[in-house]
Amino acid sequence: MAERARVLEVDDVTLRFGGLTALDSVSLHIDEGEILGMIGPNGAGKTTAFNVITGVYQPTSGAVRFEGQPLAGLKKHAITRRGIARTFQNIRLFNSMTALENVLVGADAHHSSGVLSALFRTSKHRREEDDGHERGMELLEFMGLTSRADELAANLSYGDQRRLEIARAMATGPKLLCLDEPAAGFNPQEKVQLMELIKRVRDRGYTVLLIEHDMRLVMGVTDRIVVLEFGKKIAEGTPAEIRDDPAVIAAYLGVDEDAS
Amino acid sequence: MGVVRTYLDRMARRYAALPRPARLALIVLLVIFFYVLPLLRPPIITTEQIDFGGVMFGVAATALVAVGLNIVIGYAGLLDLGYIGFYLVGAYTTGVLTAYHFAWPFFLVLPLAVVVTMATGVLLGWPTLRVRGDYLAIVTLGFGEIIRLIVTNVGWLGAAAGIKDIPHPPNIGPAPKPPFDQGGLFSIPSLQWDGIIPSIDQGRDTRFLIFGALSAVPYYWLILTFLILILFADRLVKDSRVGRAWEATREDEDAAELMGVPTFRFKLLAFALGAAIGGLSGSLYASSQGGYINPQSFPLLLSILFVAAVIVGGAGSRWGAIVGGTLVAYLPERFREFADFRLLVFGLALMILPVYRPQGLLPPRRTIRARVAAKEIDQLEGRDDAQTEVL
Ligand SMILES: Nc1ncnc2c1ncn2[C@@H]1O[C@H](COP(=O)(O)OP(=O)(O)OP(=O)(O)O)[C@@H](O)[C@H]1O
Ligand SMILES: [Mg+2]
Repeated sequence: MAERARVLEVDDVTLRFGGLTALDSVSLHIDEGEILGMIGPNGAGKTTAFNVITGVYQPTSGAVRFEGQPLAGLKKHAITRRGIARTFQNIRLFNSMTALENVLVGADAHHSSGVLSALFRTSKHRREEDDGHERGMELLEFMGLTSRADELAANLSYGDQRRLEIARAMATGPKLLCLDEPAAGFNPQEKVQLMELIKRVRDRGYTVLLIEHDMRLVMGVTDRIVVLEFGKKIAEGTPAEIRDDPAVIAAYLGVDEDAS
Repeated sequence: MGVVRTYLDRMARRYAALPRPARLALIVLLVIFFYVLPLLRPPIITTEQIDFGGVMFGVAATALVAVGLNIVIGYAGLLDLGYIGFYLVGAYTTGVLTAYHFAWPFFLVLPLAVVVTMATGVLLGWPTLRVRGDYLAIVTLGFGEIIRLIVTNVGWLGAAAGIKDIPHPPNIGPAPKPPFDQGGLFSIPSLQWDGIIPSIDQGRDTRFLIFGALSAVPYYWLILTFLILILFADRLVKDSRVGRAWEATREDEDAAELMGVPTFRFKLLAFALGAAIGGLSGSLYASSQGGYINPQSFPLLLSILFVAAVIVGGAGSRWGAIVGGTLVAYLPERFREFADFRLLVFGLALMILPVYRPQGLLPPRRTIRARVAAKEIDQLEGRDDAQTEVL
């Protein structure tokens, strides 16, 4: 297999909350165009890893590099503009805004028109609005939300809200898309559909980092898997390797696979 | 109360359903109506005890303030309890530059006052907007009071005596030559009403366009013009990347930041724009008919009243801010005969309204939509008498 570019490198990252070590010397990397699964029992530190990658927390030690550049000290919105976007385990949409407007906020990440452009309706303002609407509607269509575009986010069904979160993250034009349990609360059939969707997301050129509890699902879509437990990386490899890894089996033994 | 609520909702929805030209015509008619309102002097509405033109000026000034504060509170979700401070800065900048220390022309000082107030907003917002919620409310409350204490104690700013003889805006047409020549280009009469029968009131002319002592109406026209311009600007800005960024920040600051919104910068922008509009209103107030400002004109209570105007009208809605500002400025003047009693009634009304209509009198259209949807869901789930208020 040809050597693929490193998109993200997490290098020996440790993060402590007071006495609790939420991440303990975790190293991992993601290559361009792959879907990397991140699994682990509740409280293993998966969401915390997302928070470190997206700049919500600064690691106690270690470094995160995106396309070779260290992210340390960058503001969250600057990291997003660099090309990392995420969804949230607990849905966090802008509830009073419509589905389209939610996506527009994401698309605005790469826009720069301000008050004066808006006041005088400059060509830049119009160009950016058109671009945002076009991309926004295209993404909503991709997520099957076209008919809901003008509905308030708060009024969408649970599944539509989850999909809208993905669309909003994609609208920021990321290279790396981090999905935190996007199928949480779905029934098995919906989960399978979502995993198909995630594959299509990857086929559009996004690199995907996916947190998911359901082992069988993760096996089906990911190229590689990283397993966390108590903040430590206990295994890494292809789905087949992970399935047979004794440490992983031990970590998941007795853990309900469909816990969600 | 429930009747009023459904009626207002229905009106808002019916207006939204009109075709664009009809909406435009309606707005033009409304604008004309408001320009001539102090000349029409309709019964019941007109304040008989004090000059109606002057009251209308106060109403428009408060509505302008409410529109500015709505950007801060309604759009960006920042609770600013010291907005009077910006009103004061605008007024005092005008007083100092046109009368107290300098004699610069009005139309140069007006934009300067706006710029100075905006700078004040940035200076206050820069350190305070990084922290959230309650802290901002307390800091701004302090700001409103401190700035009043400063002008009370600094002699260079007129101290407790204030600043008087602030020049009026420049006239259009020949200057008046008292006692007989009133100047201006032409006269516009007022109406008087005998029951429902109108007639021309000979003794109440407004000269076009003399900013003098005889009629307060020209001052009202000037501030109304600014109010309309600001409303247009408000609409253009709200309906853009800036407006979306404000709303996203208000809804979920962390999520907004992670979606690429530089939230601090946009909060500062809201603060600065809000301050600028407060300063504009203050500047127009300083050069209004009285031409006199002193520290007592800017009590902290007025700050609270401004916030009440935005909340009562419906935070986040520019028309709501107008309605709220109008009520807050108009009702106490209209019911002057009840003396201090009116404040009690007014206070009670402010307490009752949030109970029956927590989203304000004229909330943003989407708030109405959210409520309708919530109601539908409740009905589907068979909870007829469930709590249906949203926001
Ligand atoms: N801000 C914080 N302060 C203190 N402790 C935290 C904080 N955030 C997370 N933790 C702790 O870090 C550990 C890892 O939490 P994290 O949310 O990353 O787990 P997770 O793998 O995402 O679990 P789940 O599958 O339940 O989502 C937990 O013990 C949690 O209590
Ligand atoms: Mg988690």
